[in-house]
Amino acid sequence: MDKFEKLTGIAAPLPLVNVDTDMIIPKQFLKTIKRTGLGVNLFDEMRYDEQGNEIADFVLNQPAYRQAEILIAGENFGCGSSREHAPWAIRDFGIRCIVAPGFADIFFNNCFKNGILPVVLPQEQVDILMKDAEKGANARMIVDLETQTITTSDGVEIGFDVDPFRKHCLLEGLDDIGLTLEKAPAIAGFEARMAQERPWI
Amino acid sequence: MTGKTLYDKIWDAHLVDQAEDGTCLLYIDRHLVHEVTSPQAFEGLRMSGRKVHAPDKTIAVPDHNVPTTEGRENTANMTEESRIQVEALDRNAREFGIHYYPVTDIRQGIVHIVGPEQGWTLPGMTVVCGDSHTATHGAFGALAHGIGTSEVEHVLATQTLIQKKSKNMKVEITGQLPPYVTAKDITLAVIGLTGTAGGTGYVIEYCGQAIRDLSMEGRMTVCNMAIEGGARAGLIAPDEKTFAYVMGRPHAPKGAQWEAALSWWKTLKSDDDAHWDKVVTIRAEDIAPVVTWGTSPEDVLPITGQVPDPSEFQGGKVEAARRSLDYMGLTPGMKLTDIKVDAVFIGSCTNGRIEDLRAAADILRGRKLAPGVRGMVVPGSGLVRAQAEEEGLDTVFKQAGFEWRLAGCSMCLGMNPDQLAPGERCAATSNRNFEGRMGRGGRTHLMSPVMAAAAAVTGHLTDVREFVAETV
Ligand code: SF4
Repeated sequence: MDKFEKLTGIAAPLPLVNVDTDMIIPKQFLKTIKRTGLGVNLFDEMRYDEQGNEIADFVLNQPAYRQAEILIAGENFGCGSSREHAPWAIRDFGIRCIVAPGFADIFFNNCFKNGILPVVLPQEQVDILMKDAEKGANARMIVDLETQTITTSDGVEIGFDVDPFRKHCLLEGLDDIGLTLEKAPAIAGFEARMAQERPWI
Repeated sequence: MTGKTLYDKIWDAHLVDQAEDGTCLLYIDRHLVHEVTSPQAFEGLRMSGRKVHAPDKTIAVPDHNVPTTEGRENTANMTEESRIQVEALDRNAREFGIHYYPVTDIRQGIVHIVGPEQGWTLPGMTVVCGDSHTATHGAFGALAHGIGTSEVEHVLATQTLIQKKSKNMKVEITGQLPPYVTAKDITLAVIGLTGTAGGTGYVIEYCGQAIRDLSMEGRMTVCNMAIEGGARAGLIAPDEKTFAYVMGRPHAPKGAQWEAALSWWKTLKSDDDAHWDKVVTIRAEDIAPVVTWGTSPEDVLPITGQVPDPSEFQGGKVEAARRSLDYMGLTPGMKLTDIKVDAVFIGSCTNGRIEDLRAAADILRGRKLAPGVRGMVVPGSGLVRAQAEEEGLDTVFKQAGFEWRLAGCSMCLGMNPDQLAPGERCAATSNRNFEGRMGRGGRTHLMSPVMAAAAAVTGHLTDVREFVAETV
């Protein structure tokens, strides 16, 4: 997995609540058997009309935000389907950090597995970032995972919390499966015990 | 010392390792797999030269993408992309030696219906699947939740999952449900009350008389939509109904093992002095048949209500409600019962079980679809379909003018050709009314099977209680 350390980039404002994973990547793009290539279809039905033409006022179609690497969003981002195609599409588009007042559980987990940092902040602070993002391409934010801060284009610094284990994995680009396989003896021990205690499983 | 909740007990019984910061390694008893969220995970195993750690605990079935029309065993009848995924699952299941129910097997169906039906899901287990509606299995007192594809790969390779413990929420439904108010109404009413993010960070345990009174099918409907309330999982403590449902299923324990299992299962309930981080109580008598009006499952109202005005909401929800109404083509103040429908969908992992089909057929017997309305019934599994045919339910549906399909997810997410056309409005027994979920521009109103059946006959959203009173 790619490391995530420090990111300086354009932030796109998406002030909608309950953005679900069906909106992030509609089902017709779930038929792939690969993880890459989904970026062009990110937010497909909001981004393109039925003829496949770009809808000019959708945020990621605006010239200022076509290169966005940060997304500022509303409450309960990523709710609904567990499809990891959602973070894959976001990552493939080039976004590596999402800030919102809250995320749905499965989506939140999926982000970390794909080198995306989801940041939860109180609504007032999200509002500050949303305002800053609305300034467009001149407003570059800095997301620093090491110091756990986001700095707006005006130099306002906002701290955030992140789970220490997940922070470590993102900073080092560690693969969960490799880490867990180091615990193979504990897993084998558990299985041996269960074969006695709950043999029907 | 305070007691433990059911969630605490199952969690403790599956803990392999706990790090100092509270990150846990949890053992997974059952891993269910379908064709849409697994190809990348198997590919990951191949690339790193890893095997499936416990193929015996891994069960695969294609459901999301498969056609529900006759002749589907011939993959030439699938769209190119569906075929690629279904064939990938066939190949992965064979190569990695996991249990598999292909479309040619009568036991094939929606993964969350097949698991319980075959006795793979048992009380006290941990169950995961790359699908958010895995919460369904919580009806058995199993800790069950959806995971992403990276986690699917993690479970395939290690039979464990890295987890942090959630908080405990108790949702108690007291008293008795009124006639024609169903499990679907309970679960939608709870989401209407708590919101789609109300359960975030929690595992919900549903309890109370109205939950006890539900059949196992009804309990699965309730737990199925726990995720729509944002919860990691929904649970219902196992009882005699659970044990009776499980007994004799193909993969349930037998003989001495059954006795041993049963004595453990009987301990699986929350202690009286357990600590709850949040408690919600609803009187069953206060629940009316409900429908959704918007594009989020929290947009719930009793059928007697009116389409709300966005200005009634607060914060970001004002804009969301405005957007919803625009998408749904509805005007504030309109009576819900004046909303006309073009299509009716009965099926999905929420309401595709035999009891659901019986309930809908009872309303439809001797009646017809309203002119211009199309209807589709998609049983949740091949066995549900066979059972329904044995009871003659297929004839009831067909005579009413419904299409009688083969098992799968179908219109619930419209990955196969079963879709709504732009602007088409559907009364659906599924679980998500998101924009474009059932087809681009399609409009979904969620409701129970009896409510969907009543709407099918009248051609508009209908209070099933009045419908029954007026038409007997
Ligand atoms: S029926 Fe619908 S909700 Fe259930 S598993 Fe299939 S697609 Fe998901």
